[in-house]
Amino acid sequence: MEIALETTTAPTINGFELVYKKPSTLTDTPFHYCPGCGHSVVHRLLMEVIEEMGIQEQTVGVAPVGCSVFAYNYMDIDMQEAAHGRASAVATGVKRILPDKFVFSYQGDGDLAAIGTAETIHTVNRGENILMIFINNAIYGMTGGQMAPTTLLKQVTSTSPYGRNKEAMGYPLKITELLAQLPGAYYVSRQAVYNVNSVRKLKKSIEKSFAYQKLNKGTCFIEVVSNCPSGWKMTPVESNKWLEENMFPQYPLGDIKTPKE
Amino acid sequence: MEQEKISNSIAGQKTGEARLMKGNEALAEAAIRAGIDAYFGYPITPQSEVLEYFTNEMPKRHGVVLQAESEVAAINMIYGAAGAGGRVMTSSSSPGISLMQEGISYIASAQLPCLIVNVSRGGPGLGTIQPSQGDYFQAVKGGGHGDYHLAVLAPSSVQEMADFVFDAFRIAEKYRTPAMILADGALGQMMEKVVLPEEGSLPKTEKPWATTGKLDSRDRNIITSLFIEPERMEVINLGLQEKYKQMQSEVRFEEFALDDAEVALVAFGLSARICQKVVDLAREKGIKAGLLRPITLYPFPHDALSKLSEKVNFMLVVEMNAGQMVEDVTLAANGKCPVYFKGRMGGMIPSPEDVLKELESLVEKQSVSQD
Repeated sequence: MEIALETTTAPTINGFELVYKKPSTLTDTPFHYCPGCGHSVVHRLLMEVIEEMGIQEQTVGVAPVGCSVFAYNYMDIDMQEAAHGRASAVATGVKRILPDKFVFSYQGDGDLAAIGTAETIHTVNRGENILMIFINNAIYGMTGGQMAPTTLLKQVTSTSPYGRNKEAMGYPLKITELLAQLPGAYYVSRQAVYNVNSVRKLKKSIEKSFAYQKLNKGTCFIEVVSNCPSGWKMTPVESNKWLEENMFPQYPLGDIKTPKE
Repeated sequence: MEQEKISNSIAGQKTGEARLMKGNEALAEAAIRAGIDAYFGYPITPQSEVLEYFTNEMPKRHGVVLQAESEVAAINMIYGAAGAGGRVMTSSSSPGISLMQEGISYIASAQLPCLIVNVSRGGPGLGTIQPSQGDYFQAVKGGGHGDYHLAVLAPSSVQEMADFVFDAFRIAEKYRTPAMILADGALGQMMEKVVLPEEGSLPKTEKPWATTGKLDSRDRNIITSLFIEPERMEVINLGLQEKYKQMQSEVRFEEFALDDAEVALVAFGLSARICQKVVDLAREKGIKAGLLRPITLYPFPHDALSKLSEKVNFMLVVEMNAGQMVEDVTLAANGKCPVYFKGRMGGMIPSPEDVLKELESLVEKQSVSQD
């Protein structure tokens, strides 16, 4: 008896089977991010989800001021570049004009949790139906490694050269827990991109957030605890170790608020 | 008395009956009739009626109204909403407009059409809630950082508070530029007869640059004010300057009793209303006075004032500030006639009698020096 074998018609590249490729929603511009930085992974995941959900034509993104200020160079979607800290206000303006589109903001810790704190809190408090992605690497990367609101106690930065001390500089701000208190927050999660497992989990969170956005139930907020090898003055490998040992105890991973089904 | 002459005509059809309205309310109603998609604002005296009017009317009619957490948030919502292709506006008063300056600079650079209304009050600082023209420099010289201008219209009546909403949007969308209506607390608060522009009489414009979702048929649209390479940033700046040159054709001003005038008053907004009275009083006393009222403060009626300076013995600029527009009038006169200034500050309004006294003493001084 003959068994009909399923023949695979997987695409090949230079004779090899193609198992992994750039999503069509990323442009051909090479990332400018430092080696080992988490930004490019998060960019890619976002664009993978947008490609897989087929929502490229219905998505508008808002980039911040910070390392990801050029996010729109890489993401092949309509985007707006906001003033420092104001990405969620800009995203609010976009969403109110285009309520049927998917809108996301992409912000760092200085942008979202220092200069833009008021906009962040009030956007979530209004329950704007957008996705806010918050990259927390505990430092101002673009300006050269200054202290951020999320900088850890005793962490050395260019503006806390003797380590962050709570008496003079206050405490690391856990803004994600703070936002989760607000009734406008529909889904709040803290994820990472430091290993394969965490990358997969973050992608799931992004997928859920876009699916939730269709329901018009409130703001989806994802913190990504990330690294900054250049700002932390470490190799990428060292930075991932430091992340696990120091960042995760302060910023534990996992869902903080999930919709009550 | 001679008929008023107004350069450039007013946009917006009007067929309705006259209504008695506050300036702030007439402005808001005109904006709804101009088909705005959204208003974002924050309460501040003396213009809170604008936000209140929208929060009352928008749910019954059309469009979004959002009370923002600050003027900073409001102007950035304007950026996002204008970038998404909406016809949008905000309003505030002097301290709130100061807070918006960062966002206005970004909007000018990203070339987003929108309307910003300043129902200004006396400053500096928290100042007073009484009317002032102390924000002239801020309005016409840019206000925020970098080389840019707003199109600035200065109403002097409740009627113009309504009409200029249409004019401002027409200019904003034609040139892809933020436009400002520079009023003051008195114009916002006072009630006058107004015939409102007809709903829907301002056509929607195409905005192919807006971020409405990247279609397969086109490249992605990016709204940004970041051009990191200086060579590119200079090109952007040259483009803006070229646009401001083209905008000069939008100059508007009003002449009042200038045909046989020997001395000219120059004033905008509320001050111009006062100066009309001064012209009447002066003519009763045999002084051949006239008035030129700039309606667009940017572009400024430089050429009209230059010509006027060749005709009159002197110009007296009257403002509710320490002397701001007088600098632009002096530049226009360029030494062809003396330019004097009379002003009140801090929320005080000059009386026609005060201005007349100043005018009389200047006329007297001039005749003494000619003798």
